[in-house]
Amino acid sequence: MSAAAPGTSKAAHGEAGPKKKKGPGALATAYLVIYNVVMTAGWLVIAVGLVRAYLARGSYHGLYYSIEKPLKFVLWAAENSFFPYLTVFSVLSPNSGIVPSSVVLTGFQVMSRVFLTWAVTHSVREVQSEDSVLLFVTAWTITEIIRYSFYTFSLLNHLPYLIKWARYTFFIVLYPMGVTGELLTIYAALPYVQKTGLYSVTLPNKYNFSFDYYTFLILVMVSYIPLFPQLYFHMIRQRKKVLGHTEDYSKIE
Amino acid sequence: MDILALEAKKTNGAEPEKKPTSRPKPKPQKKAKRIVYFEVEIVDLKTKEKLLLLDKVEPTSTVLDIKALFHKSYPKWYPARQALCLDPKAKCLRDEEVLQTLPVGTTASFYFSDLGPQLTWGTVFLAECLGPLILYLMFYFRLPFIYSPKYDFTSSKHWVVHLACMCHSFHYIKRVLETLFVHRISHGTMPLRNIFKNCGYYWCSAAWMAYYINHPLYTTPFYGQQQVNTGLYIFLFCQIGNFSIHVALRNLKPPGSKVKKIPYPTKNPFTWIFWLVSCPNYTYELGSWIGFTVMTQCVPVAFFTLVAFIQMTVWAKGKHRSYLKEFRDYPTLRSSILPFIL
Repeated sequence: MSAAAPGTSKAAHGEAGPKKKKGPGALATAYLVIYNVVMTAGWLVIAVGLVRAYLARGSYHGLYYSIEKPLKFVLWAAENSFFPYLTVFSVLSPNSGIVPSSVVLTGFQVMSRVFLTWAVTHSVREVQSEDSVLLFVTAWTITEIIRYSFYTFSLLNHLPYLIKWARYTFFIVLYPMGVTGELLTIYAALPYVQKTGLYSVTLPNKYNFSFDYYTFLILVMVSYIPLFPQLYFHMIRQRKKVLGHTEDYSKIE
Repeated sequence: MDILALEAKKTNGAEPEKKPTSRPKPKPQKKAKRIVYFEVEIVDLKTKEKLLLLDKVEPTSTVLDIKALFHKSYPKWYPARQALCLDPKAKCLRDEEVLQTLPVGTTASFYFSDLGPQLTWGTVFLAECLGPLILYLMFYFRLPFIYSPKYDFTSSKHWVVHLACMCHSFHYIKRVLETLFVHRISHGTMPLRNIFKNCGYYWCSAAWMAYYINHPLYTTPFYGQQQVNTGLYIFLFCQIGNFSIHVALRNLKPPGSKVKKIPYPTKNPFTWIFWLVSCPNYTYELGSWIGFTVMTQCVPVAFFTLVAFIQMTVWAKGKHRSYLKEFRDYPTLRSSILPFIL
């Protein structure tokens, strides 16, 4: 899913509003370029890992094991740069010019990916061999390679039209594909969670609180109903805004 | 005819044949200044369609007067429902603003947008407070379908559960009574859709807390009666403090006036916290919920307290900022909600 990457200004997307804000300074731009290059490289490692494992095995079953470590690393990097980024730039210096285009959507996206990788796929080992895991990992990988390379080139003011077009077109297929994979994975985890009582807290206890992880997972699945269309149509609107003008089609940046 | 009229007749009409003695010509009376009336055009913000043209609008008319005139032509849009602005992207005009002071010529164009159905703040506050009160009692009396059937209409064996119910009920009854008799709500209305959001938050939180506190498997606080008493004292102290602040704020401005003053401590010791904090009503409210958390030792209560603290901090910071902006002599020692900290 794709909102703005941590640390990309609207200007970097070519979405600047009527008020022209001062762009990020040299230091901030350097930080953002390095961050986006590292993230692109990280997701490329995952893509290469998937292809190599597939060629070696001759089957797409159980490919998750070959990319588990790099996936966790990339998500760790995303999480650990997104939240400090928010506090440093949005709270301490709100006029720095590097405020993300959609903080809520980006935050939701980062959280959902970390949740799916750690709280579902890592915690319920039985689902790791499911094809649905491969479905969302593939969707994430392609989306993120395009997205982070888009941000990198935008920051360097050399954005090839092909990448711009891919950024605002591939999601049409990749988002539903990713969401389908995520939902099927959570659904596959439900019986194991119910059987083992994973992460569940029951009464009586001294904190007077109970938590049923099984119910929580169902609620997470239900939450996709209002949230996914919002994100999807947000991107459709962005696509219209960025690729909608006829002159944009002819212009190669 | 009265004497004054007769006197006037004498001076004007008496003896026209006599030539008047030469007197200095009286200065011609100054003509009353001609009032320049305004022409006000109201345009729909979305469709840009002209909705109404008001000619001969007095320059001393307020935005509220214009809204009232607009309401006459369009009865479904009562003044509270209207938002008028001078520019499609500008902020909406306040009701008190006077036409002649606005940056417009004698022909003014106002952009109208419909704010949707409105409710008075009093109604919203009552709905917010009555819900938790009723919901909590439903869990306290263990109505059917809440816990397993064998517990229907049973009572808890723990004294702290009954005490918690008394405190919770007292808190919300106090809030209802304050809404009815103490608060002077300056801002008029809020959109109808907000009531669902606000009530949803308060009602769900109350139900969530009540479910665990009144649960048959509820565990009493770790440090027993001592912890319960500590929580109770904190709760009661802060409730009295909160009420004292509300009364002090009420006495700050007479009814109907919109003049804002800096709140200062009064003879009541509970108001002395005004030396340190701009919004002590929120400080005391936070203290009450901390006391309730200590008393019940319940995670949902602690979570509600944390969320309430974040929300009240946002409100307090906003209020503190507006005080600083409005009053140059505002006490510098004051914090927003927590003395010396926040």
